[in-house]
Amino acid sequence: MLKIKRVPTVVSNYQKDEASDESVGCGRNCLGACCLNGARLPLYSCKKLEKSGTGEKLVISHEAREPPVAFLESLVLGEWEDRFQRGLFRYDVTACETKVIPGKYGFVAQLNEGRHLKKRPTEFRVDKVLQSFDGNKFNFTKVGQEELLFQFEAGEDCDVQFFPCMPLDAENSPSVVAINVSPIEYGHVLLIPRVLDCLPQRIDHKSLLLALHMAAEAANPYFRLGYNSLGAFATINHLHFQAYYLAMPFPLEKAPSKKMITTVSGVKISELVNYPVRSLLFEGGNSMQDLSDTVSDACVCLQENNIPFNILISDSGRQIFLMPQCYAEKQALGEVSPELLETQVNPAVWEISGHMVLKRKEDYEGASEENAWRLLAEASLSEERFKEVNALIFEAIGCSNQEEELEGILVQPSGSVNQTGNRTLGGPIANGAASECLVLQ
Amino acid sequence: MSITQSSASLFTTATEEKEGAFNARYSLWIKEALDELPHSFTITDPFISGHPIVFASPGFLKMTGYSREEVIGRNGRAFQGPKTNRRSIMEIREAIREERSVQVSILNYRKSGSPFWMLFHMIPVFGNGDGRVIHFVAVQVPISGQKMRNGSGCSELVFGSCRREVCLGSYVHQERALPVECDEQELENWEHCEASESEKLKSAEAVGNVLSVLTRYSEFAGRLVCGKRSCLRVADCLSSSLVISLGRIKQSFVLTNPYLPDMPIVYASDAFLTLTGYKRHEVLGQNCRFLSGVDTDSSVLYEMKECILKGQPCTVQILNYSNRKDKSTFWNLLHISPVRNASGKTAYFVGVQMEASCKDIESKELRPETRQLSVVGAVRVAVRSSFMVTC
Repeated sequence: MLKIKRVPTVVSNYQKDEASDESVGCGRNCLGACCLNGARLPLYSCKKLEKSGTGEKLVISHEAREPPVAFLESLVLGEWEDRFQRGLFRYDVTACETKVIPGKYGFVAQLNEGRHLKKRPTEFRVDKVLQSFDGNKFNFTKVGQEELLFQFEAGEDCDVQFFPCMPLDAENSPSVVAINVSPIEYGHVLLIPRVLDCLPQRIDHKSLLLALHMAAEAANPYFRLGYNSLGAFATINHLHFQAYYLAMPFPLEKAPSKKMITTVSGVKISELVNYPVRSLLFEGGNSMQDLSDTVSDACVCLQENNIPFNILISDSGRQIFLMPQCYAEKQALGEVSPELLETQVNPAVWEISGHMVLKRKEDYEGASEENAWRLLAEASLSEERFKEVNALIFEAIGCSNQEEELEGILVQPSGSVNQTGNRTLGGPIANGAASECLVLQ
Repeated sequence: MSITQSSASLFTTATEEKEGAFNARYSLWIKEALDELPHSFTITDPFISGHPIVFASPGFLKMTGYSREEVIGRNGRAFQGPKTNRRSIMEIREAIREERSVQVSILNYRKSGSPFWMLFHMIPVFGNGDGRVIHFVAVQVPISGQKMRNGSGCSELVFGSCRREVCLGSYVHQERALPVECDEQELENWEHCEASESEKLKSAEAVGNVLSVLTRYSEFAGRLVCGKRSCLRVADCLSSSLVISLGRIKQSFVLTNPYLPDMPIVYASDAFLTLTGYKRHEVLGQNCRFLSGVDTDSSVLYEMKECILKGQPCTVQILNYSNRKDKSTFWNLLHISPVRNASGKTAYFVGVQMEASCKDIESKELRPETRQLSVVGAVRVAVRSSFMVTC
């Protein structure tokens, strides 16, 4: 079993140390059975998915003007500002100095001393991407309702539906948007699909599609959604995506890409070129559902093969980046240099995308493209390993279009991480197990 | 402008407004001089909400098949379509945000819906006196497609009904060859279409010619423009990218600068002007007190002042006096908040006005309070990000 120690980020005001979280007394107005009755939130139901046209004549439409702030964006910003002024966040993120690091890519650095708790680091198991939900640990049914902004669902109508005050009904399996009380940027929220179903942190087709819907509805290329798998710096094992506004491109979005294949459903898959973390880019597709399903298939494959990864949904849902990584594993094996560890920067989705939150002034003052690159390169799979993983993914995408319902714990052979885990999908690994994440000198 | 005007006449008036703004900057006959240029180009104004086109050359209209009325007031995105490369769109967007020039091949669509590749070359045009971006000039040079490339090399091109030899490039006759008559489907599927050296030179030449005309006619009008920023932007002048972001917000609000004497308005939204009945040039540079009058409660004014000094948000209900035809007063539910920039320090104050009569909730809409706060949020995002641009 591989473990690392790190200080978890507090995303909710009710999140406590793992150890002491037994007595869940109430009066906190949470989402548990104790308080759910009578809970009400606005409900945003987005419009039905449209198939993207092929060969349609272009008609000058709303795209003709710089689009105004969309309804969903107003809802997110308005509710967030309300919580902001009510003091629900642990600090004012807009008071944190931030800058673009000079260089080719324009990495964004932020000096944020308040984000990381000055607490004892806790242990995280990093060699299991799939772990079952543990109700005793902190999860999003324990957040106070004031941290929830609205319910969000994929609607059936061709129009957006908005209900300012809708009861939270467990039978409807509501999905909610909550604030992240330790925001990286203004508007940092969490999308929690089917919160009351207590899903563990793993990608499934329906949930990824919901996330894609949100990106499309926000209709703002500067509002991205991100996902961290377990082992890739997810803090909480309760299914959630993150999102926030940063009105400039992420370095990841600027990296050139080289096309690899196009699937039968029209999804184009490329690999990034000249970026410190080897990543895949998914775009296109005959419909948004096709794009979403293809990426979900890829993620399920990675999960089944115990490969930690991050996802960035970008360009209002038109582009999805998939980044397999191995930093936590390296850290557990003692392979990361002390210098990098001291920055306490964990390369999760935002960091890999190029947004670095630094807790020490000297790291901020000395932030350079080179440093950022060096840190991120540690998270990347090696060239060889990346090729192997791609082969797995492509086979998975070709093979299966249906979601495999995974229940319970995936049984894994115990022991060293060099074993490739539960390989239900074929493909021999060149050079055996040892080639996984070694840094090639 | 009354809200009850029909949309058709609203558009015409808007067109006139935009063309009027353009004319004001340059001396008479600027349009005629620009019309004489053979190139395809458009001129946009980032200070008008929506960053619309304010001038389109005859060459542009011919190339795209639109009439002048159909183009003026539209944003450049109108000519993009489903197969336009997202990366190219991002490059253009970022060049606008960073107020610099860009040259990129991009797939556009004509009015008929047919796609075509062109070299898009855009430059900012700066005002000489205040150092801010007045316009963006964009030149479009159709690409003949002699040298084309997709991500994996020429051998993987799907030719379809394309004449093979033309697609592979008859390099001997490059200059005189006809544009590639490819199946439209194929055109759309090209990953990229590299412009030739001569096409790139053409675009640079066109840009230069347009800039010359603008410079000459601005000189005559006494308000010189040029292709390079001649001085640092003055303090009360917002960057064009910030203005573009703010222009997306459709509610009434102002930005004031607490570091300038008497805390003047440095930005006013169109909706603010409609609400108060004033023109933009009448309010920029003024303190908001012109909205107060005889019956405005001075204790409310005092409360506002206290909050501003403490750097705290506040909401007050204040009686304001409009400059509308009827000179009516209205109850303004005003929300004020300090707004920080990327340095973490307060850069502006935002004031969001809401007519008290609008408080009635329509069930399908956001609560008015939420909408008011969403303006604050959108302004915070815009201001914070706009200051992070590396120069």
